[in-house]
Amino acid sequence: MFDYELLRLIWWALLGVLLIGFALTDGFDLGVAALLPFVAKSDTERRMVINTVGPTWEGNQVWFILGGGAIFAAWPFVYAASFSGFYLAMFVVLSALILRPVGFKYRSKRPDPAWRSRWDWALFVGGLVPALVFGVAVGNVLTGAPFRLDGDLRVFYDGSFLALFSPFALVAGLLSVAMLVLHGSAWLSIKTERGPVQDRAVSFGFVAGILALVLFALGGLMVARMPGFELVGAVETGAPSNPLHSTSQMVAGGWLANFARYPWMVIAPALGFAGTILALIGIRSRSGVLAFGGSSAAVTGIIATVGCAMFPFILPSSIDPHSSLTVWNASSSERTLGIMLFCVVVFLPMVLAYTAWAYRVMFGRVTTQAVNTSPDFY
Amino acid sequence: MDPTVIDLSRLQFALTALYHFLFVPLTLGLSFMLFIMESVYVMTGRQVWRQVTRFWGKIFGINFVLGVATGLTMEFQFGTNWSYFSHYAGDIFGAPLAIEGLMAFFLEATFVGLMFFGWDRLSKLGHLIVTFMVALGTNLSALWILIANGWMQNPVGATFNPETMRMEVSDFSVVLFNPVAQAKFVHTVSAGYVIASVLVLGVSAFWLLKGRWVPVARRSMTVAAAFGLASSLSVVVLGDESGYALTDNQKMKLAAIEAAWHTSPAPAGLTIFGVPSMATHETRYEVKVPWVLGLIATRSLSGTVTGMSELVLQAQERIGSGQIAYAAVQTLKANPNDLTARAAFEAHKRDMGYALLLKRYVADPAAATPAQVEKAAWDTVPSVPLLFWSFRVMAAIGFAMIALFAIAFALCSLRMHLNARWFLKLAVIAIPLPWISTELGWVVAEMGRQPWAIDGVLPTFLASSSLTPAALLTTIAGFTLLYGALAVVEVRLILATIRHGPVEHEVEADASIDAPTVSQPLVA
Repeated sequence: MFDYELLRLIWWALLGVLLIGFALTDGFDLGVAALLPFVAKSDTERRMVINTVGPTWEGNQVWFILGGGAIFAAWPFVYAASFSGFYLAMFVVLSALILRPVGFKYRSKRPDPAWRSRWDWALFVGGLVPALVFGVAVGNVLTGAPFRLDGDLRVFYDGSFLALFSPFALVAGLLSVAMLVLHGSAWLSIKTERGPVQDRAVSFGFVAGILALVLFALGGLMVARMPGFELVGAVETGAPSNPLHSTSQMVAGGWLANFARYPWMVIAPALGFAGTILALIGIRSRSGVLAFGGSSAAVTGIIATVGCAMFPFILPSSIDPHSSLTVWNASSSERTLGIMLFCVVVFLPMVLAYTAWAYRVMFGRVTTQAVNTSPDFY
Repeated sequence: MDPTVIDLSRLQFALTALYHFLFVPLTLGLSFMLFIMESVYVMTGRQVWRQVTRFWGKIFGINFVLGVATGLTMEFQFGTNWSYFSHYAGDIFGAPLAIEGLMAFFLEATFVGLMFFGWDRLSKLGHLIVTFMVALGTNLSALWILIANGWMQNPVGATFNPETMRMEVSDFSVVLFNPVAQAKFVHTVSAGYVIASVLVLGVSAFWLLKGRWVPVARRSMTVAAAFGLASSLSVVVLGDESGYALTDNQKMKLAAIEAAWHTSPAPAGLTIFGVPSMATHETRYEVKVPWVLGLIATRSLSGTVTGMSELVLQAQERIGSGQIAYAAVQTLKANPNDLTARAAFEAHKRDMGYALLLKRYVADPAAATPAQVEKAAWDTVPSVPLLFWSFRVMAAIGFAMIALFAIAFALCSLRMHLNARWFLKLAVIAIPLPWISTELGWVVAEMGRQPWAIDGVLPTFLASSSLTPAALLTTIAGFTLLYGALAVVEVRLILATIRHGPVEHEVEADASIDAPTVSQPLVA
C-alpha cells in the first residue's frame, strides 16, 4: 500500500508528533514542577499546584515512554546511537524523572514539613533537569554528535559528558526550560483559582515567555552561522537501512537550506514566535485559554522548526561522514514500519479519546477549599 | 569488547530489572484484586467493601509509582547499555515495546489517575470500569513485555539481513504467538497474582492477630484466599518449562536446571538434591526420584531429556555451520551480488549466531582452531549450580504457596479463619516468600539463556554498548543510591499505611491529631 520511502516519511512525521505530544502534555507537568517552590509558598498552595497535574501527569508521561519505544521500533539506529552516546546525560534525566512519580505520590503522605519540603525540591529537580537536558540534547543533535559506526554497524562514541554543554547547546537547553516554564505557568493560569499562586505563576510565565522569544531568536542566529549537514551524491530513499552506504558533509548555515528549498516550512518558526507572543498577550490580559493555546502553539512551532531544519537528518555524526543517521538510512525494515503504522492508526485515536475524557472528568480549577477537604487529593 | 564493560553492564541490568520486578508483580495482581473488591462493593453497595477497596488502593498507589519510576530506566536501558543488541534486534524487539506503550501503558496510566482522583467525580459503575481498565492495562503491558522477552528466549519470525547487518521481521504473527512468550505471560502474571494475594492475606492476618479492623481484614482475607489459590495453582501448573523442549538453548536451560550432564534413558529421574560442579561436569551427592523429570519435561514416559554433553556436541556442529555463514556475510558486505556467498549464507544463516560465540577467542570466527570451537561450544552451558538451586528454591516456594492458600481457602470456607492463630502467624511470615520466588524465576530465565542475549543469535558479550567502566560504575553507584533510598521510603510508607489501617478521610483527620503538625490532614 505504502512504499518504503513514504513509510519512512510518515515515521519521520510521527517521530515529530510523539515528541510534540510529549512536550505539549508532560511539558507542562515539567514546567509546573520546576515552578513549584517559587509560585507556591504555603503547604496548601503547594498542594494546590501539585494537584493541578496530579490526576493526569501519569498518562502524560507515557508520551515519553512511548517516544522511547517508538524510536526503538521505527528508528533502531537512532535509539542505539543516541542513548548510548548521551549515556551520562540519559542517566541524569532518568534519575530526575524517577523522582517525579514518587515525589507526587509520597509528598503528602506525611505531615512533617521537612519531609514535604524535601519532596518539593525533588519535584523541582524532576521538572527542571529533564527540561534543561532535553534542550541540551537537541542542541547536540543540531551540531552533530561525535560517533561513528564500524563495519558491523556497532556504535562508538568519542565525546564526553561535559562536552555536551557547548554554548549553543546551553542556549537550546535554556530555550527548552523557558518554553516549558511558560507552558507550565499557562497551565497553572487555567487550573488554579484566582489568588497569589496564579499571580506568581503568570509573573514567572511572562519572564519565561520573553526569554523564550529572545533565546529562540538567538538560537536561530547561531544556527545561521554554524555548520549544518547535507547529503552528498545520489540519495536512495528506498534502499535497505545502512548508514555506511551514504555520505554527508558539513555546510556553513546548512540547517537553513530547507527553508529556502521548501518555503512552507517557514510556518514552523513563525508558529514558534507567534505562539509565544500570543501566550504573552494571554498572560498579560489574564486569559488562561489564550495563554495556554499560545504556549501550546509555541511548543509545537519550536520543536517542528528543529525537525524541518534538519530533514532528512535525524542524528548527524560530527566526526564521520558515513555514520550520519537520516530518514533514508536509519529506519526499521519496511515490514516493521508498516506494522507499527497500523498499530498507531488503530490505537492512537483511542488513546487521544480516553485521554480527552480523563481531562474532561477532571475539568475545572483546583481550589484551596478542595485541597483542604478532598480525601482523594495528593 | 572489554569484559569489564560486559560484566558491569550485566550487573546494572540485573540490579535495575530485579528491582523493577519487586513492584511490578504486586501491581499486576493487586489491580485485579481491587477490581474484584470494588465489584463486590458496587454489587452489594456495602460501605465496608468500599473501605476495603480504598485501603488496598492506597497500598497499590504507593507501590505503583515505584514500578512506573523504575520502568523508565528499563525502557531506555537497551539503548543506553545494550546498543548493539538494540541495533541487532530493534526491528523486531522494538515493536512490542512500542505497542506496550501505545496499547497498554497509556491505558493503565491514564486511568490510574482517574482511579485515585475520580471517586467523587464518577458514578459507582464508572469508577469500577476505570479500575478494570487499570487492571487490563497493567496486564496487557506484561503481555507485550513478555512477548519481547520471549523473543529473546526463542527468536522466531525473524531472519538476519546481511545488507543491514541485523535481524529483521519475517513474520510478525509468529513473534506474537511465540509459544515461549505465551507460557511466560501466563506464568509471570500468575506469579504477580500470588504476590498480591500473599500480601493481602498476610496483612489481613496481622490485623486479625491484633484484633484490629476485623471487618475489613476478614473480607480481604477471603478475597486473597480464593484468588491466591487459583493463582498459585496456575503459576505451578502453567509453569513456563512447557516451552523448554522447543529449541536447543531452551533444552540446554532445562538440562542445566536439572544438572543433567548426560542424556539418561527415558523416563528421566528428577534430581531433588545435589552439588553440581562446572569443572568436572558431574553432580555429587545426587538424590533422584525416578521417572518424574521425564513426566514433567516431556509429558510422556518415552521422551528423553537431552543432556548437556550431547547438547554441546550439537552446538559444536552448529558453530561449524555458522562459520560458513559468517564468512559468506563478510563476502556479501564487500559484494552484495556474490551469488555463491548468498547461497552459502542462505544455507547456514540459522547457525550464524553460533559462529559469533568464537569472537570471544578470535577476531575472525572463520579462522578459529578446533580447540577454540570446542571451548566456544562449552560456553553454551550456563551456570549449572546457580540454575539448579535457583529453580529448586523457586519451585519449593511455589508449592508452599499452594499449600498456604489451600489451607487459607479451607479455613475461610469453614469460617474458621478468625481463630486459627497458628495459621495467621504463618500467613504473616509468608509475606516475603513469593518475592524471593519471582526474583529467582527471573534469574533462571535470564541466566539460563546465557551465553546468549538472543538465543542462538547474538551472544551477550557482543550485545553491549561501547562504554567505559568509569561511566558504568558511575551509573551503577547512582542507581544503587537512588533505588536504595526509594526502597527504604516505600517500605516505611507501606508499613505506616498498614499500621494506620483502613480509615476513611474523616476519621483519618482525627487520628492525626496526635501528630506534631496537624496543618494538613493525612491523605493519600
